[in-house]
Amino acid sequence: MCGIVGLFLKDKSLEPKLGEMLTAMLITMTDRGPDSAGIAIYGGESKGRTKMTVQSDTPETAFDGLEAALSTAVGGPVAVEIKSTHAVLDIPAGTGAKARAALNDMGIRVMSRGDSLEIYKEVGLPKDVAAQFDISAMSGTHGIGHTRMATESAVTTMGAHPFNTGDDQCLVHNGSLSNHNSLRRKLRREGIHIETENDTEVGAAYLTWQMQNGATLGEALTSSLDDLDGFFTFVVGTKDGFGVVRDPIACKPAVMAETDQYVAFGSEYRAMVDLPGIENARVWEPEPATVYFWSHNNTPTATEKAA
Amino acid sequence: MQTIDLSETGLRATNKMLHAQADNTNQTAWEIVNPKGAHAIACGLNAPIEVTVKGSTGYYCGGMNQQATINIHGSAGPGTGENIMSGKIVIEGDASQYLGATGHGGMIVVKGNASSRCGISMKGVNIVVQGNIGHMSAFMGQSGNLVVCGDAGDALGDSCYEARFFVRGTVKSLGADCEKKEMREEHLTLLQGLLDEAGIDADPAEFTRYGSARTLYNFDVDNAGAY
Repeated sequence: MCGIVGLFLKDKSLEPKLGEMLTAMLITMTDRGPDSAGIAIYGGESKGRTKMTVQSDTPETAFDGLEAALSTAVGGPVAVEIKSTHAVLDIPAGTGAKARAALNDMGIRVMSRGDSLEIYKEVGLPKDVAAQFDISAMSGTHGIGHTRMATESAVTTMGAHPFNTGDDQCLVHNGSLSNHNSLRRKLRREGIHIETENDTEVGAAYLTWQMQNGATLGEALTSSLDDLDGFFTFVVGTKDGFGVVRDPIACKPAVMAETDQYVAFGSEYRAMVDLPGIENARVWEPEPATVYFWSHNNTPTATEKAA
Repeated sequence: MQTIDLSETGLRATNKMLHAQADNTNQTAWEIVNPKGAHAIACGLNAPIEVTVKGSTGYYCGGMNQQATINIHGSAGPGTGENIMSGKIVIEGDASQYLGATGHGGMIVVKGNASSRCGISMKGVNIVVQGNIGHMSAFMGQSGNLVVCGDAGDALGDSCYEARFFVRGTVKSLGADCEKKEMREEHLTLLQGLLDEAGIDADPAEFTRYGSARTLYNFDVDNAGAY
């Protein structure tokens, strides 16, 4: 069991409250996943710059002098904003690979990379994790949160969701994949970097691999229905929006709500009860084996693709 | 009418109050406000009382119900009315997966749609859905009736025993050993009675009956490959 929450804002006036609304939703899902929590938030971009969120268990020493060391490594100006065990790095666009190599040498873990995505995740109760990073003060256009009750791998920071798949992409998962070991071996042979023994990371890596080979996110999600065995409700985030897909058996719960102001996702309805105007929202369960997607790029409607 | 604010009273105290009602209680009308999708609201009731929940409920509302009537003025979460023994549950909105699972008796009415696994392993409950139902509904259904005024999803009645299914719309696919059956006079009468009890206006003649082909009842070596 795990809990998933997601919020995609259509009404710009709600953007300053995104973190606050997501935090309340996340905390309601504590009893679905009390061992770790994470949140992915899309907070806007600055031109010509890339964001990386990084983590260390020993932030005092690891982040000390990081700004200067990274500037040298990437050959350009770097800004570092420390938030507890995490830090958000602002680096020149196109220097992501150099930065990743340098961070790897320093023993600092990369949580996410993209133009606007930031990921914060740690072991602990959702309310503590949210407070640790002051998520409720964050603004943004959309975000995804996850509360984890581990089944397939250890309770660690790296085993927590969301998983960063490609630039500005992330994935959260409720369920368990049963063919993740064979798929991990296959993807590693294809040159895809997979960090942990976690099943969801394999799902995330699978989507990355599909998209590296030319698939759109929608196509990658559709093909995941054929190639991933097991149970899953996936919510994926991109720079422009978020998508939802459930396996054909669809035993992992999912509820969605839509108003003129937002589209919301919750593992249970109770995660959404305090959203504004929820009593008049259109509330429904996403159909099994059907890909849904909402984007700020298009008129925000559910585009369904028969799988 | 007794009104309980669930957000103030709390779930345990609320259910305890409802459990304390005896067969001959004169407090027969109860209203629960601010349910906010909480789990296990009005579970395990055993008295002829009527409980109206003003809003949407989470997992297992009205589970194991005996005698009581429970009205949900909203949508209902997974496992609503699980193992219902008697009484009636009426859901004004939609119902999530495994509605009325293993139910032994009583009636569940859904004014909207019901999700997957509706009536799974039903053992005597009557379920009437005004809208559509999802896949794998009435899997291993043993007895009772499932009435669907809309359409049914994939694998209706897979491995069913003697439960009866009446569907007015289309059936996406039938499960193993479930087949279309003749609608005889007795079935029209039975269906009319169920629709009347559910308070739904529909013509029984528009429905098709499905049920067990009874080929999986006993082991047949020719079926060995199917196990």
